[in-house]
Amino acid sequence: MALDKTGIAKRIAKEVKDGYYVNLGIGIPTLVANYVRDDISVEFQSENGVLGMGPFPFEGEEDADIINAGKQTITTLPGASFFDSALSFSMIRGQHVQLTILGAMEVSENGDIANWKIPGKMVKGMGGAMDLVASADNIIVAMMHTNRAGASKLLKRCSLPLTGVGCVKKIVTNLAVLEVTHEGFRLLERAPGVSVEEIKAATEGTLIVAGDIPEMDI
Amino acid sequence: MIQKVVANVKEAAMGVSNDMTLMLGGFGLSGIPENAIAELVRLEVSGLTCISNNAGVDDFGLGLLLQKKQIKKMVSSYVGENDEFERQMLSGELNVELIPQGTLAERCRAAQAGFPAIYTPAGYGTEVAEGKETREFSGKMYVLEHAFKADFAFVKAWKGDTAGNLIFKGTARNFNPNMCGAATITVAEVEELVPAGALDPNQIHIPGIFVQRIFQGAKYEKRIEQRTVRKRA
Repeated sequence: MALDKTGIAKRIAKEVKDGYYVNLGIGIPTLVANYVRDDISVEFQSENGVLGMGPFPFEGEEDADIINAGKQTITTLPGASFFDSALSFSMIRGQHVQLTILGAMEVSENGDIANWKIPGKMVKGMGGAMDLVASADNIIVAMMHTNRAGASKLLKRCSLPLTGVGCVKKIVTNLAVLEVTHEGFRLLERAPGVSVEEIKAATEGTLIVAGDIPEMDI
Repeated sequence: MIQKVVANVKEAAMGVSNDMTLMLGGFGLSGIPENAIAELVRLEVSGLTCISNNAGVDDFGLGLLLQKKQIKKMVSSYVGENDEFERQMLSGELNVELIPQGTLAERCRAAQAGFPAIYTPAGYGTEVAEGKETREFSGKMYVLEHAFKADFAFVKAWKGDTAGNLIFKGTARNFNPNMCGAATITVAEVEELVPAGALDPNQIHIPGIFVQRIFQGAKYEKRIEQRTVRKRA
């Protein structure tokens, strides 16, 4: 069965390693924090200027001066720090953040990503996404494999305005885990009960299937 | 010593006129110069170019200036929380330049630090880089982005002293320190203004040299945009 958003977050949480500094995008990526093993030490960065983000505050303890990049009230953990926007993007651009997890509207088989604009429809802006994808070495995209109409979001070429070129390395969808290679999307894992044929049918871009494809362990 | 303290927001905003370029600190509604924005509304200055990460919400922050159609152009990275903004943008009434958040910060910092421009990898290969100079360094492509030029920077700090030294609180720091000294005149509003000497020099985030005018804001609403809480166990 295809995964739900929580399932995608759980699978991505396995990619988070001890000692990592991690930047989580808005949406599914935010959920990842809930499923990271508690025997490892990870610090979450939010690009508006905090390292060491904790859970949401208890009711009555919200502070307008302590928010995340989604403008939600948050708390901080021991060892946390605050900093200005230039320093925040120094962490990102300078590759001091080990893992970036973000959502996408489309990804192409050469690793291009589109997630900030639908011409004539959605005009919100890119926020920090362009800086993140242009600089991070280790980018995992969390997304649904197809859109609501059933059309593939893993394409030969993106149709929407790009956020970054050739930057995506790994993709976790509701159907599969894939790696971006020079030849196309290489299928690494299937969601439990999902067949290779179903994944092929949902992928417009080149899909490379080599050998037996294991089911995800989540 | 040069007198930096002004009595109120009215004096702080002296010299702001139509068609100026203003920098305004804040991320979402956190750390925005609330008192300065209210004064800009009162002054009815128009044709403004505003450099600010966001554009407020419909009835707070820069949304108040948008409502009165005082802004000609916005330079921002994310503007998703404001219906009036979206309406003015789609109808062509408002000129909007969307740029990556790190580029916005660094174009402020470049102006503050005396750099004419910077190279950033952000936006390379996207429409953000169209018409801009690009260059390869060690096998990676970068886009040339110019330092901002602004007439006024309005920033908000937690505490300040009469010498103009500033301390920020939490994530309300955001773009505020990067905008100090990045415009011809930097106006800092603070929640608490203390005499020079009352703040520990070790704890100062922005030295007063970057600030021309400072005042204690009359009041702070500090509105929360996305109140998110968890239940007690």
